[in-house]
Amino acid sequence: MPRTPSSGHRPADGTPPGGVLLDARGVTKAFGGLVAVNHVDFTVPHESIVSLIGPNGAGKTTFFNVIAGLYRPSAGVITLAGRDITGRKPHEIARLGIARTFQSIRVFSNMTSLENVLIGMHSHLTADPVRIIAGTRGVVVEEAAAHRDARDLLAFVGLEGREGEMAKNLAYGDQRRLEIARALALRPRLLLLDEPAAGMNPEEARRLMEFIRRLRKELRLTVLLIEHQMRVVMGVADHVTVLDHGEKIAEGTPDEIRRNPRVIEAYLGKAALA
Amino acid sequence: MRVLGRLLPYRTALGLLVLFLLYPLIDHNAGHINSAADAAVFVLLALGLNIVVGFAGLLDLGYAAFFAIGSYTYALAASPFYHVHLPFWPMLLVAALTAGVFGILLGAPTLRLRGDYLAIVTLGFGEIVPTVFLNLPKYTGGTNGVVGIDQPVLFGYQFGFNPTPYYYTLIAIIMVSVVAILRLRDSRLGRAWLAVREDEVAAASMGVNLVATKLTAFSFGAFFSGFAGALYVAKLGVVSPDQFNFTVSFTILAMVVLGGMGNVFGVIAGAGILYEFQTLFLVDLTQWSHGLGHAWGIPLLTKLDFVNLKFLLYGLGLVFLMLLRPEGIFPERRIRAIMTERESVATEIPPADVSVADARVADSHPPRGS
Amino acid sequence: MDWTLFALQLINGLTLGAIYAVIALGYTMVYGIIELINFAHGDVYTAGSFVALALLTLLGATRHMAAAGIAFALIVTFLATMLIMGTTGIVIERFAYRPLRGRQRLAPLLTAIGVSFSLENLLQLWMGPSPVPFPQVLPNPFFALGPVSIGQMQLVVIFSSLVMMLALHFFVQGTKLGRAMRATAQDWMAAAIMGIDINKTIALTFFIGSVLAGAGGVITGLYYGNVWFINGFRAGLIAFTAAVLGGIGNTTGAALGGFVIGFVEVMTAQYIGFQWAEVTIFSVLILVLIFRPTGLLGQQLPERT
Repeated sequence: MPRTPSSGHRPADGTPPGGVLLDARGVTKAFGGLVAVNHVDFTVPHESIVSLIGPNGAGKTTFFNVIAGLYRPSAGVITLAGRDITGRKPHEIARLGIARTFQSIRVFSNMTSLENVLIGMHSHLTADPVRIIAGTRGVVVEEAAAHRDARDLLAFVGLEGREGEMAKNLAYGDQRRLEIARALALRPRLLLLDEPAAGMNPEEARRLMEFIRRLRKELRLTVLLIEHQMRVVMGVADHVTVLDHGEKIAEGTPDEIRRNPRVIEAYLGKAALA
Repeated sequence: MRVLGRLLPYRTALGLLVLFLLYPLIDHNAGHINSAADAAVFVLLALGLNIVVGFAGLLDLGYAAFFAIGSYTYALAASPFYHVHLPFWPMLLVAALTAGVFGILLGAPTLRLRGDYLAIVTLGFGEIVPTVFLNLPKYTGGTNGVVGIDQPVLFGYQFGFNPTPYYYTLIAIIMVSVVAILRLRDSRLGRAWLAVREDEVAAASMGVNLVATKLTAFSFGAFFSGFAGALYVAKLGVVSPDQFNFTVSFTILAMVVLGGMGNVFGVIAGAGILYEFQTLFLVDLTQWSHGLGHAWGIPLLTKLDFVNLKFLLYGLGLVFLMLLRPEGIFPERRIRAIMTERESVATEIPPADVSVADARVADSHPPRGS
Repeated sequence: MDWTLFALQLINGLTLGAIYAVIALGYTMVYGIIELINFAHGDVYTAGSFVALALLTLLGATRHMAAAGIAFALIVTFLATMLIMGTTGIVIERFAYRPLRGRQRLAPLLTAIGVSFSLENLLQLWMGPSPVPFPQVLPNPFFALGPVSIGQMQLVVIFSSLVMMLALHFFVQGTKLGRAMRATAQDWMAAAIMGIDINKTIALTFFIGSVLAGAGGVITGLYYGNVWFINGFRAGLIAFTAAVLGGIGNTTGAALGGFVIGFVEVMTAQYIGFQWAEVTIFSVLILVLIFRPTGLLGQQLPERT
């Protein structure tokens, strides 16, 4: 049974569950004439698992990318625990506590699993070039501790013993886990998962959702996930928001969403309602 | 004992090091030792450029500019030109630091640009720096440069015109540099360089500050060329702008690529091989050709000058290396993988807000071949 | 302020700018389509001068021939040079760049600089390290233009450059092949789906760019009266700056940028000092890339969805 990584991974933030961690208001993103995200309001409460769903092309990944700093929003404000993060660069947002995975897995193919996770820790490590060259004891100790923590994280996601393998040689599912381990290494407050269950069969997807619940429980993480597979979402999300053509068309509990006619229409077309 | 254990993987290099240390004791020819010392200067330059091109994957086409800055820093501080005669050893460090600072100055505004643009900016810088030295005769000696540069003095021992002390100094500096560079490579910084090279978007999303990371590589690369510069002109005694033109930058680049980008010992070998090639092999080949021409009565052979061909050969060599063996003679495993793989998936993130600057988003991809 | 001098330099700037504009077009077209700075482009331009020199010498063309003879020699030289350089461009693309498409950026860049360096040194071996005189087959009377005068050669340069730019414009806007080029530059995947042969289109782009560069080389030889193997290195850097200034990927921008940089170079040489012209232009490049990377006319490539 994978063990929980060391306590260093609990988010330090002291706000009790229920308060709002991420608050996005009026977020709009236009590419030239194409408006991919249109005035979306969105909140993610602390230690909740929120899911963003919608048919293909609804703007979900674009919205993610705006939050993560890859795109500058055309309009809108985004705050994280009250702090304005609108338009900040990706690495700044990562350091402020938002970690993400990608729809098409983006692990560093030519680096080992261990190194991938160590990159996640990059911003937490303090070794600077001068001390590195001098080979000071502090740097050596820090590296050793980082290696230990990275191994713990790999074990936590079920990749124990695979530290030295090149990421590109891992199976698809394992690469997903690696990506998550790497994201966790950032010690984030908010974890953005972009279609984490893509390419998984129902059993694997179920185990993944188990894992996400563990993340919330043991690491006190808040999770925002984009997911296509409804069944998966229903099983794990506290709250669901639905986008279609860049606009928010519904939000609520999984049950409410499942029965919402607008949502059904968006996914299956008007004929489905008839 | 533990130290010996850590040194074991480097036994080949250490063995060769012993040979290099013993070399002047075996071969007393001052001309040869001087040549070896010049080769050592190029080794140091290749080590520095390797950090930029080999580790961080940034193409610097004007590396000789930093070499020039290091050289002139010492030359102007230790010669009759300004009547200032600062001691060599501290100035060695100052020259390196000055070059490093210029690396930061040039890099800070330009390292967020795409690779192509960075390449041409560095090309321009490589042109501008010698031009500036050329055009300010009052401050830098102009075309004539600076002569009568002071020779180093170590604990009362004056280096003089004997190349041997320069040779040993260079070996010592190279040793220290290699240790420093290996430490950098195996640190969080080295990992960051690799990650940025692999996938900038993912690296940034994981908290890696792209510009700062690239800047560290760029300025450290410049730093080591500063060492080379000071030592080079201390030995030579003179400096002038025409010693730092594009052919020098290209030669160092060829050494790095040939030896094996990203492989510290590989680029040392590359520098040695190429230097040997141009100073000995091509000369010998020319003489051999002349001899043959005379012997067989073929006038064309007597006129061939292979030394002149060297840059053409380097240019063609670089092209063929890229086409056939981009990882060089002594590949660095990961770099080989990165250099030879073709893009598999189109990026999910379209290059929306990007034209020239790649600050936020992945590069757009060129079309595939047939 | 000596306005006559200023006006004269304005004309010089126009002339120089015309040449830069023609070279810049090649850079911008290639970059627009495969996002690669073809470092060898400047050297193709210089090679054009050399080839023209060889041809004119072969044809025995001199100033003192009959007008018909000169015209014939020039036409043959232009056409042959353009064809040879165009072919060179295609060969370079096919054998040095195409195999590396899809590889990470560093490899194609290294190859490009390798090709450029090889070409430069080839030219140096061909005609030597010093400037070589170019047959001045056209007479160069000066015409009065108010208080200033303009040379016939200057008019030739400006006129022929404009003709080439217009021809390119009509080709790119009006013909099927030109449309294919524009489509590929905008979105190569969509173009391929529409049935456009991407490889041929890219080859065509290189061909046209190199033809222009070759023609530019002939004109340069005629205008300056000498050619030097290292011309391309410098001209390439400057012309690329012009392309960036105008907006990389944008052919109108390249033309505009060429003229602007031509002015900048001439004015700097006149009023600050001729040895500072290059530094100034380089500073322009840096400033544009930092503050307005899309250039004056912005980029022609819209976002891909």
